[in-house]
Amino acid sequence: MRPETEAALAENIAAARGPLRIVGGGTRDIGTPVAGELVETAGMSGITLYEPGALTLVAKAGTPLSEIEAAVAAENQRLAFEPMDHRGLLGTSGTSTIGGCVAANVSGPRRISVGACRDHMLGVRMVDGAGRILKNGGRVMKNVTGYDLVKLMSGSFGTLGVLTEVSLKVLPVAQTQATIILHDVDAVRAVGALSAGLGSPYEVTGAAYDPALREAYLRIEGFEDSVAYRTGELKKVLAGFGEMSVSDDVTLWEGIRDVSVFHGKEGDVWRISVRPSDAPAVLEAAGADAALLDWGGGVIWLRVAEGRDLRTALQGISGHATLVRASAQTRASLAVFHPEDAGVRRLSDALRAKFDPRGILNTGLMG
Amino acid sequence: MEMPVPNTAVLSKKAAVVRRLSEVLPSDAVIHEEREVKAYECDALTAYKCPPLAAVLPSTTEQVAAVLKICHEENVPVVPRGSGTSLAGGALPTADCVILGVSRMNEVLETNYDDRYVRVQSGRTNLSVTGAVEENEFFYAPDPSSQLACAIAGNIAMNSGGAHCLKYGVTTNNLMGVKMVTMEGEILEIGGAHLDAAGLDLLGLICGSEGQLGVVTEATLRILRKPEGARPVLVAFNDNEVAGACVADIIKAGVLPVAIEFMDRLCIETTENFAQAGYPDCNALLIIEVEGSDAEIDMQLDLIAKIAAKHDPIEVRQSKSAEESAAIWLGRKSAFGAIGQISDYMCLDGTIPVSALPQVLGRIGELSEQYGLQVGNVFHAGDGNMHPLILYNANKDGDLELCEQMGADILRLCVEVGGCLTGEHGVGIEKRDLMVDQYAPDDLDIQMSVKDVFDPKWLLNPAKVFPLASSDARRVSSIAAE
Repeated sequence: MRPETEAALAENIAAARGPLRIVGGGTRDIGTPVAGELVETAGMSGITLYEPGALTLVAKAGTPLSEIEAAVAAENQRLAFEPMDHRGLLGTSGTSTIGGCVAANVSGPRRISVGACRDHMLGVRMVDGAGRILKNGGRVMKNVTGYDLVKLMSGSFGTLGVLTEVSLKVLPVAQTQATIILHDVDAVRAVGALSAGLGSPYEVTGAAYDPALREAYLRIEGFEDSVAYRTGELKKVLAGFGEMSVSDDVTLWEGIRDVSVFHGKEGDVWRISVRPSDAPAVLEAAGADAALLDWGGGVIWLRVAEGRDLRTALQGISGHATLVRASAQTRASLAVFHPEDAGVRRLSDALRAKFDPRGILNTGLMG
Repeated sequence: MEMPVPNTAVLSKKAAVVRRLSEVLPSDAVIHEEREVKAYECDALTAYKCPPLAAVLPSTTEQVAAVLKICHEENVPVVPRGSGTSLAGGALPTADCVILGVSRMNEVLETNYDDRYVRVQSGRTNLSVTGAVEENEFFYAPDPSSQLACAIAGNIAMNSGGAHCLKYGVTTNNLMGVKMVTMEGEILEIGGAHLDAAGLDLLGLICGSEGQLGVVTEATLRILRKPEGARPVLVAFNDNEVAGACVADIIKAGVLPVAIEFMDRLCIETTENFAQAGYPDCNALLIIEVEGSDAEIDMQLDLIAKIAAKHDPIEVRQSKSAEESAAIWLGRKSAFGAIGQISDYMCLDGTIPVSALPQVLGRIGELSEQYGLQVGNVFHAGDGNMHPLILYNANKDGDLELCEQMGADILRLCVEVGGCLTGEHGVGIEKRDLMVDQYAPDDLDIQMSVKDVFDPKWLLNPAKVFPLASSDARRVSSIAAE
């Protein structure tokens, strides 16, 4: 089914007789594969409100992400959380939707400074598993009226309800940017340098490391004079870490955002979230074929031979691992999302039962 | 504001409940004598008072768990309390409740500058979190104006904001993990020192749940390196509308100040009499603060001054030094105290789309005339978080009720123009009965179902957030079903 309106979607869900598989643009095929009748949200599309002076945008869930990015770019604004494009990594095609982006809480390198997708979410409209139309939050920047189901919906992968409309905070585009590249550094040194940069007052908005190239990257954004000043100061902070150069190449960060070094390469892809200082140990324990560190080392992308359970590399370290890319069989056998402690699991299951009493929405996708 | 009738079954077994609590807590941590429990009879919404059955002050998460387990078994409602600074009545007791205060749990448990977080017990005050890391030039960003007194536990419960949240976000954007105890006494860890915990975003759900889902005993908080410097510019206008347009233009120009504060004539005059900040004689005033190195600050302030100049300001006062900055902030920071000197007041925190500012201020002026009550407006203008201060006389019969009616009208207006009832104080009891103006019955039902999951017996802070009529069936039947 491909409803064109929220009301039609609500009717469809209320009338559903079996499991449903919710899809936005189909570009983010993440999670345990689920069966069920296809529900496409792309029919509910369009920006319903955009106030650049208030930094707010409201769009129907099926609106193409590219349409939103173009609209805000025209006002010199952007989705500051820098959502990753999963198509290259997952080998998918199609048009990413804002609803899919929110449902997967997709963020990019700038998450380290401005927050994740969920941190830019102001409001949601949705249809729950019983076919009820619900709303939470709104379109204003500060809102503590009732429980924050907006956060709960972000990253719930369609297992609590189907998003129909989202309100987002947008931010101004930086006038310019620069990247300091540290050359020939190992992981320990690289993470040390990234932490030094992120712990400086110079507002680093990207902090990544490519182990294959042995290069660490620190991004500075803002007004031209300010970027020049802060780049200079940051170089002084990093002086002890090794040889440096400065690049103004924007595509560098698109590559990091989309993990482009893994594109077209075989194997499973894991994404591990840890404290940055634990990253070198995880990297070593994982023994991966390829790796990329982002968020100052707090997120580790790993490419490994098919079917390996990489969670063993996390033993003794607090964090979580997501199997982002693997064959349907591997995803069905290894948990895609990190297994939760019993108490948290019980609460999550009970919440799903409230939002989706019949258990029909993307059932089992999150494990 | 109506509160539920206390459960007589609970009142009559006070002695037994106190005895059980005393078995799991040190003797000085259980407060039950009438004159002593009076200290917990209200929070910062002082118009409402009710001494609790008892108050407990545990020192460890395990003690919190033991208390909650007992109260759960005995069907005793529990009202968690940080420092009692809620303006919304979030920590207001009922006669049949146990107040669970976390004030004795105020230790810093871990500081990690490389990974930029601090782990604290939740009774620690907001400002002392920064106090624990500032020798290394770090700070904890959310800065509610009660930050000297308010506890992290309360900040998490209410998802508190502050003047600087335009750049740094509110509590939920700076909270990485919690240890919390459910009403049944189960200890849970949610999130941690890594980012974006796996699974459903329970952390985001707990933050802002007004102490109704669990009692947070420890928090992992993101800390940031202090900026090199910060300085404000003061811009005075003759017209509210023009000030609003200026804010929109600044934001559109790509400057992202850390704070944009607005004050109207009543607030300007009152604070001027109180604090002698030397503010210009004007109808509307903006204080806009930016951060960075000296040169970066000058560049941004120049840009802001240039934008402001297009709106015919009466005066643009750009701070050049720490002293000048303090003088500019003096009036704003004294605003609530200054109003408090001349009158009792009620402070609302409805939030509106910035574009609706002129319309809303105009309508508030009309309501002020209609009700015969004066209103001053202080305002986080960058994010639309209003703070209308309604002046009333607590000693005059019916004035509080009149003030509440007018407050309700203002909050309904906020909702009507696309905003919300509360931007940073929380619903508590204050805005509880207005929730039906913002949310449809199903919207409230799904929120209450969330509470059903965490607290099936509806014992944690039960008479808050949801209109009593909406939550009645759940609160009563959950106990009756026993």
